[in-house]
Amino acid sequence: MLAFIGRRIAISFLILFGSSFLVYNMEAIAGDPLAGLAESNAENKVYLIQRLTAQLQLDVPPPARYFLWLKGIAGIFVGNLDFGKTRSGGEVLDLISAAVPITLRLVTAATFLAIILGVSIGVLSAIRQYSRLDYTMTFISFLFFSLPVFWIAVLLKQYLAIGFNDFLADGKISTTYLIAIPILFGVIAATFIGGGRKRFWISFGIAVSSSGLVMQLLNAISWFQKPGLGIVLVVLFSAGLGITVAGLTMGFDNKVGRYAALSVVALGAIIYVPFNMVPGSWLNLPIMLGMAVVTAFIGGVIGRFWAKEDRGALTRIGAITAVITALFTILDKLMQIWNPYVNSDAIGGRPLPTISAGNDLMTSHNYWWQLLDVLLHLLLPTLGIMLISFAGYVRYARSSLLEVMNMDYIRTARAKGLTERTVVVRHALRNAMIPLTTLIAFDLSGLIGGAFITESIYGWKGMGTVFLSAVGNQDLNLLMGVFFLTSFLALMGNLLADITYSALDPRIRMGK
Amino acid sequence: MAKKDKSLEAGAAEANSIEMRETAGLSQGQLVRKRFFRHRGAMISMIYLVFIVLFLFTAGGIHLGTKNAPFTIPGWWHWTINDLTEVAYGTGDKGQLTVGAPTMNLNPFAGKAFGIGDHPFGQDTIGHDYFALVIRGAQQSIMVLLVVGFIGGLIGTVLGAISGFFGKFIDAVLMRFTDLIITIPTVIIGSVIGMRLGNLGVFPLALFLGFFAWTGLARLVRGDFLTLREREFVDAARVAGASNNRIIFKHILPNAMGVIIVSITLLLSGAILLETALSYVGFGVQSPDVSLGTLISTYQDSFQASPWLFWWPGFFIISIALSVNFIGDGLRDAFDPRQKRKITRKDIAAAHKVEKAAKAD
Repeated sequence: MLAFIGRRIAISFLILFGSSFLVYNMEAIAGDPLAGLAESNAENKVYLIQRLTAQLQLDVPPPARYFLWLKGIAGIFVGNLDFGKTRSGGEVLDLISAAVPITLRLVTAATFLAIILGVSIGVLSAIRQYSRLDYTMTFISFLFFSLPVFWIAVLLKQYLAIGFNDFLADGKISTTYLIAIPILFGVIAATFIGGGRKRFWISFGIAVSSSGLVMQLLNAISWFQKPGLGIVLVVLFSAGLGITVAGLTMGFDNKVGRYAALSVVALGAIIYVPFNMVPGSWLNLPIMLGMAVVTAFIGGVIGRFWAKEDRGALTRIGAITAVITALFTILDKLMQIWNPYVNSDAIGGRPLPTISAGNDLMTSHNYWWQLLDVLLHLLLPTLGIMLISFAGYVRYARSSLLEVMNMDYIRTARAKGLTERTVVVRHALRNAMIPLTTLIAFDLSGLIGGAFITESIYGWKGMGTVFLSAVGNQDLNLLMGVFFLTSFLALMGNLLADITYSALDPRIRMGK
Repeated sequence: MAKKDKSLEAGAAEANSIEMRETAGLSQGQLVRKRFFRHRGAMISMIYLVFIVLFLFTAGGIHLGTKNAPFTIPGWWHWTINDLTEVAYGTGDKGQLTVGAPTMNLNPFAGKAFGIGDHPFGQDTIGHDYFALVIRGAQQSIMVLLVVGFIGGLIGTVLGAISGFFGKFIDAVLMRFTDLIITIPTVIIGSVIGMRLGNLGVFPLALFLGFFAWTGLARLVRGDFLTLREREFVDAARVAGASNNRIIFKHILPNAMGVIIVSITLLLSGAILLETALSYVGFGVQSPDVSLGTLISTYQDSFQASPWLFWWPGFFIISIALSVNFIGDGLRDAFDPRQKRKITRKDIAAAHKVEKAAKAD
């Protein structure tokens, strides 16, 4: 095992060496960093060229210059990492370390949401192979596969952001949408519920009329201008989702699971009031993350408290329900500050931004305002990235589960009389997830490279933008810095994927 | 309950007999073709793709060669991408000023002149015919599709096959080489080609994208070869004295064809999106030549005033990529021997009919 990992790491470094050498020389051939200066009319042109040549050591031919660069990188072993300097004389390392958090903020949420949504829809699609849902999802995932991200981004900006901002001016849903949105809801609900033609129309009717009523109600109370959930809805939504989670893991007729979920929600309801009184100035990201961990832990303890058997499942139900309740509480808190936020001078009634990673004027406000601001800025790019990567997960999860469902052990599980839910959730899903983990590990390692198109469209100054501008300006050191970091992480992710694969699937042995 | 089970059983038996009848006496190729033709989405996509390729290359003509030594066959469309026409000003639906609005009107009741008009997709802001521009851009996409598919497919299949078949040292070296190529970002390739060979059009770009796009395919083919070479028929061939070449090409490759073709279609739709994305960020096709990506990046800001400048390139990218994806899906279904088709009511009725006829005899 250790020998295998050691060998793989050694090989990874060799690959990294080879590819960085290639990229360095290719890029050095691609453009002359002095070309811009040579054409300029500056009086001190000769001096400028000399200075840049000295600064970037351009008098050394590229293959040799690469080794000078590599010497700086190798400094990491003696605690003296040097990525070199950019054209304008800044430290590459500084630029990169400023860009990484921005990129992470952009892609993390999008990737996780895409994985969760994509896998669950893919699983559903596989369980109901050849159903209406399956055909619709197949078509939609193919469509999303074929969408250029820059094209969809423009549409999102135009119709989602600008359209929503215009709508918010009076906050009343127009008649067209009052008809169109319930019908859309109806079709979606009926497709997901499935069943025969009769059941389709019944669920369609219920979904249309209920969502139509809800929209009328929202309109009547101007909800979009003063949104909020209140403790009642927070409890109801969390309880509903908690019971669903319990039902999926332990069966819908299992009382203990339901009680565990409901008791966690009850505790959440008790905490709701004091939580809302916590001043925003006390909070920041580390505190919030710490609270999330504590929440999940407490939820798990409560779940475990109920357990006579099936401890793991109940702990999981408790923890997941606790996190869900906390998320709804936070959502409610954000909705409470929505109205003052939208009407503040910095926002001016148009809350959905089409560009930049955050509003600079928000830094003086408390944590909730900043959180809302960041989330709103994340909305469009997240949606764009999600739509595209989601399709891949749907296809992959679907085909993976279909393959597993044909296995002998699934037939055995069915034959011994297990319910279909147990067969799918406990036997099929776990095995279907094994190949998916490798895909996920691989994707996560690619996160840091950023989505350069999305970043450049929405004006996020993350890794992607830095990389693009470095390529455009022939800023070789900057480019190599980004490249080195991303491909290093990609190779490590690759290794991690292999290790998880063999850890999850005992049939796979490493080093063979 | 018992009744239901019985009908289920009968259904299963029926399904079985239908499948048996369908597979009786057909070669692998015939089976694949038959299953493919039955995939409605794939068939529609196939027809669409053939139609669109013919349409694009007859309308826009064929443009090859370099800027200094062009090789051109003109198409039937009367404008080219270099023609500057007089910009048509008009008023839109809401009374706003429109610049170069599309003249195409396929709604006979709209009150405007029916037909495609002089500039069916409108004009850009300086008077280029947008139809000609979009056609040219879509041609580039098709060109990328063909070249990347050929080069990438060839390299990927050969390297994957060698790696999977011989295994051991050769496999290790080739797979590490694949890892090396994967780490090189395509933007770098785009920028090198763009800066050095920018005036040669899309062809060199597609060529180089092909040189770097085979990695996924090679991994898949390798995996398939790894499992196939352990199979009995390969042992049998070896015992019979077949050479490595013969085993690879005559015995294993036909069995791996499904994986290869399907992943090549994935490669193709990926290549179209890659080229447009590269062109969009400025590292692909360079001006004055156009690509669907450069068209979108040039005109995305005029979405409010002239939305047609934005819709048409998007339509072509999506429709071409989508139809390639659907063809891939159809091929995957067709090549998968475990694939069970949904038994429709029509099939059951047909089976009953055949059975009745058999009984009557």
